[in-house]
Amino acid sequence: MTNIRVDKDADGVVTLTWDMPGRSMNVLSEASIAEYVAAADAAIADPAVKGVVVTSGKPAFIAGADLSMLQKQTGAAGLAGGSKTATAKAIFDNLMQFNLALRRIEKGGKPFVAAINGMALGGGLEVCLACHHRIVANDPRIQLGLVEAKVGLMPGAGGTQRLPRLMGAMAALPLMLEGRTLAPTAALKGGLVHKVVPAADLIKEAKAYIKAGGKASQPWDEKGFRVPGGDPYSPAGGQVFVAGNAMLHAKTMGNYPAQEAIMSAVYEGLLVPIDAALRIEARYMTTVMMHPTSRNMIRSLFINMQKANKLERRPAGVPPARLGRIGVLGAGMMGAGIAYVSALAGLDVVLIDRTDAEAEKGKDISAKLLAKQVERGRMAQEAASAVLARISPATDFDRLKDVDLLIEAVFEDRAIKADVTRRAAAALPPHAVFASNTSTLPITGLAEAWSAAGRDPGAFIGIHFFSPVDRMQLVEIIRGKLTSDAALAHAMDYVKHIRKTPVVVNDARGFFTSRVFATYTREGLLMLGEGVAPALIENAGKMTGMPMPPLALSDEVALDLIHKINKQTEKDVGGAYRRSAAEDLIETLVVKLGRLGKKAGKGFYDYPTDGRKHLWAGLAELAPRAAEQPSVAELKTRFLYIQALETARCMEEKVVTEPEDADVGAILGWGFAPWSGGPLSLIDTVGVAEFVRQCDRLAQAHGPRFAPNALLRRMAELDQTFYGTAGAEMAA
Amino acid sequence: MAEAYIYDAVRTPRGKGKSDGALHEATALHLATTVLQAVRDRNQLDTSLVDDVVLGVVSPVREQGSDIARVAAINADYAETVAGVQINRFCASGLEATNMAAAQVMAGQSEFAIGGGVESMSRVPMGSDGGAWGTDPTIAFKSYFAPQGIGADMIATRWGFSRTDVDAFAVESQKRAAAAWKEGRFKKSIVPVKDQIGQTLLDRDEHMRPDTTMQSLASLNPAFVKLGDEAGFDAVVMQRYPDVERINHVHHAGNSSGIVDGAAAILVGSKEVGRKAGLKPRARIRAFTSIGSEPSIMLTGPEKVTRKVLARAGMKASDIDLYELNEAFASVVMLFMQLLDIPHDKLNVNGGAIAMGHPLGATGAMILGTLLDEMERRGVATGLATLCVGAGMGTATIIERV
Repeated sequence: MTNIRVDKDADGVVTLTWDMPGRSMNVLSEASIAEYVAAADAAIADPAVKGVVVTSGKPAFIAGADLSMLQKQTGAAGLAGGSKTATAKAIFDNLMQFNLALRRIEKGGKPFVAAINGMALGGGLEVCLACHHRIVANDPRIQLGLVEAKVGLMPGAGGTQRLPRLMGAMAALPLMLEGRTLAPTAALKGGLVHKVVPAADLIKEAKAYIKAGGKASQPWDEKGFRVPGGDPYSPAGGQVFVAGNAMLHAKTMGNYPAQEAIMSAVYEGLLVPIDAALRIEARYMTTVMMHPTSRNMIRSLFINMQKANKLERRPAGVPPARLGRIGVLGAGMMGAGIAYVSALAGLDVVLIDRTDAEAEKGKDISAKLLAKQVERGRMAQEAASAVLARISPATDFDRLKDVDLLIEAVFEDRAIKADVTRRAAAALPPHAVFASNTSTLPITGLAEAWSAAGRDPGAFIGIHFFSPVDRMQLVEIIRGKLTSDAALAHAMDYVKHIRKTPVVVNDARGFFTSRVFATYTREGLLMLGEGVAPALIENAGKMTGMPMPPLALSDEVALDLIHKINKQTEKDVGGAYRRSAAEDLIETLVVKLGRLGKKAGKGFYDYPTDGRKHLWAGLAELAPRAAEQPSVAELKTRFLYIQALETARCMEEKVVTEPEDADVGAILGWGFAPWSGGPLSLIDTVGVAEFVRQCDRLAQAHGPRFAPNALLRRMAELDQTFYGTAGAEMAA
Repeated sequence: MAEAYIYDAVRTPRGKGKSDGALHEATALHLATTVLQAVRDRNQLDTSLVDDVVLGVVSPVREQGSDIARVAAINADYAETVAGVQINRFCASGLEATNMAAAQVMAGQSEFAIGGGVESMSRVPMGSDGGAWGTDPTIAFKSYFAPQGIGADMIATRWGFSRTDVDAFAVESQKRAAAAWKEGRFKKSIVPVKDQIGQTLLDRDEHMRPDTTMQSLASLNPAFVKLGDEAGFDAVVMQRYPDVERINHVHHAGNSSGIVDGAAAILVGSKEVGRKAGLKPRARIRAFTSIGSEPSIMLTGPEKVTRKVLARAGMKASDIDLYELNEAFASVVMLFMQLLDIPHDKLNVNGGAIAMGHPLGATGAMILGTLLDEMERRGVATGLATLCVGAGMGTATIIERV
């Protein structure tokens, strides 16, 4: 045994300690599962063994299943090779093997006690649920939960059947559907665990349970067992499903098969005894694993996001950046937010603006955010005060003389940016890196003011935050033409320090996120110009799984800002610029009608102070409705494909060089249909050849913006995918 | 193939569907027995000529379970040879039962067959029978399941019926029902429900509120806002009808069908058996059918099934002299009238379920009887009865006076 240590004490109690070598956390892998099952079976068979304690030798208990193992089961070897039925059967059999092993533990006649010393998630918690007794250490940071839904999976080791049999369907379903975790006290209250004890007493208490002759049977194996709250056809039980189905359907728009599978597994499983229920769960888990959504979500939201967080793309050989004090130029919403997240991560911040009042106002934003955290019990007042004390508002650029990293977050205006850059260049120490938070202005151009002031252009970079800074996970790092590896490493270290996810792109107008995101809102405007009913446009946008529909989103971004960007682009691009109905609509709304968006109380929507927003009735006059309306399916395709296509263009132009960066950046940056795994995952899933075919059709029907690029045509011809063969080629 | 004729139509009055309703202490068995005995006694019927009793019951559980049609036939002292069967086509069950009885006669399966229905909503509430449609995630998702009130409000939103519009319709239904009762237009068919010592439990529809005004209705809050918003049903139906920005919730207890208790029976038979029994037929059942329609919005079936049955009969909508469409919700009826261009003075002329109530399994037979009575009173030739149905369906029957 390499993954689990087996100890037997003088009283005949066996302790199985999970402690996988070379890993910071225990996971359910093929090897660790096999060892656990073997050890459990052996203990049950050994007459000298009274009972078994299951615990972990690491700070966390078990973090879940090894997702790369799951990916392998359904990956190239699984689905592309062999028949689908054969793969499904193999997955099902594999799941049932573990299920049957856990049932042997439950029915073996020897008490198994889970001594939960740390975090137990997904399969890790399912191991605990199959124990007869669960004791958890009283550390409030410990999280217990079936979190599989967050990566497009569902519990596959009995969780969908044991959790509702412990807590009732009403309590169990939201936990599983949202992948929510509980701290020890809540877990005790909910009936998930039996006892909460001090960490030091955990093993002692576990052994005491066994030595005192603790029960070795599960509630669901006892005669007369009834599911708490009733089965789906009891009066109370039925309502849980009728309402639950609707709430889920409303939330997922039918885009997330894992959640639907969880509902079905619980519904069908609660109508039969546990052994049949486990087979039902295994069937649904098999369908989920074989659905492209789970593989795509695991790849982008788990594997690649983790890699990005671990800075896999960080240039080799650059020593860790010195991060003590950072400077922020501009105390507006963005600058204030950047100051907040930096101070929160322990950095001292100099927050500079034109006047003391404006600088103080920026600091005040942090004060308000911190106050809210304290109010909600998420932070102690002391800690909040310490964070706030790190932010120093100022007007004097001399305060930048000992700053390691400066982030410029002033207006999107070349002249203003050039001015503050010049002034900062004079004050910053030699080792400092200068980063601009611009969302669209090419970095290489902005760097000219820095170079002109005699500074090394290699130290100029773009660090693009998203609004609201305190809640958006993604940071887009933009390499200018002359940006050095050292500056890139410095920026990545900073982003990791403030616990956000970096994605690295190259310099071009709009970079990656702003450029591709804009195609979504623009497509909505073009649809409006064609006479598509606004409600249809908005519902189609929602139904693709985007967090907000395009017209509402445009209102939030602010129509005058969009107008300004359009005008700037027109100026910069010059003769090659193509104006369309989208730009006309924005101009009319902003210039002629003064409808600037949500902040002005009116844009595409009206925002009454005393009610919910609603589409402006005047849109019908602005954009007369076409007699024939397109299907919602066609609109959904347009929304998704234009973004995916633009992403493919970014790949071809090497604005983004890795599909992983594009997909993680898209999902975290603007919430691109998370179920798809990202725009390039979407293309792979549709099939490149089919995607090209569809785009040609869309180009015919709606215009050349849908014309597939050379990269995609070549990939289609050569039968390549972004995550298969083409990925390697493009990196070369 | 034989023709099927309606010889008689009876119904109990409708009691309020609550524990203080006048029929709450009458068992469903008693209600069904009452109408079966009335059919026999009014027509001095030799019940051995009746081959089958088909009763609609939408919640066939507890005291309404176990084939109450057969059991009621026995309880009503019908000849032992009279079979019975319970059927469920949701709200259209009573009409469907009558259609089935007609089909039996036309096929030569039965000489007399009784079609009708019974529902004691105060004793066996709607939904008591469970069912997979909204509960099983697989089908709830696939069919975009939402409760009927959401569908009714979606109809109002999509076709532009405002709160004022639907309330005005409700006021009219109440007015017409009150007038009809006052003038005794239902006298021919109402059978009072009595207890075993001969006291009358109920002899008139007690759900009516003749004093209903626009003002009194305006004070009622829309009933389906919570279901729509909090339980997510609005968002579900909008995925099926994405051309709607937001559902305007306009329905409430005052402009939707009342929850009530009641039973009805219609005696259907061939020409020969009528002669044998010495009875005169009142109408010929000319055509009947059912149809499936979109289940999420649920309630758009009546117009579709009406077109279907008219086509079968080789008729146009304007050929029909009188219409009855169950008033499940005001918007359902308003949509029907709009799509088929039927004036309100030809439809539900004596009010409807908004005023008098909708005893689920029985209503279809009740409105057919009401239609026939009014056709006779007016001396018109053809009538059409139809209802909207759960899970997206419609059922319709065309009758012709003889």
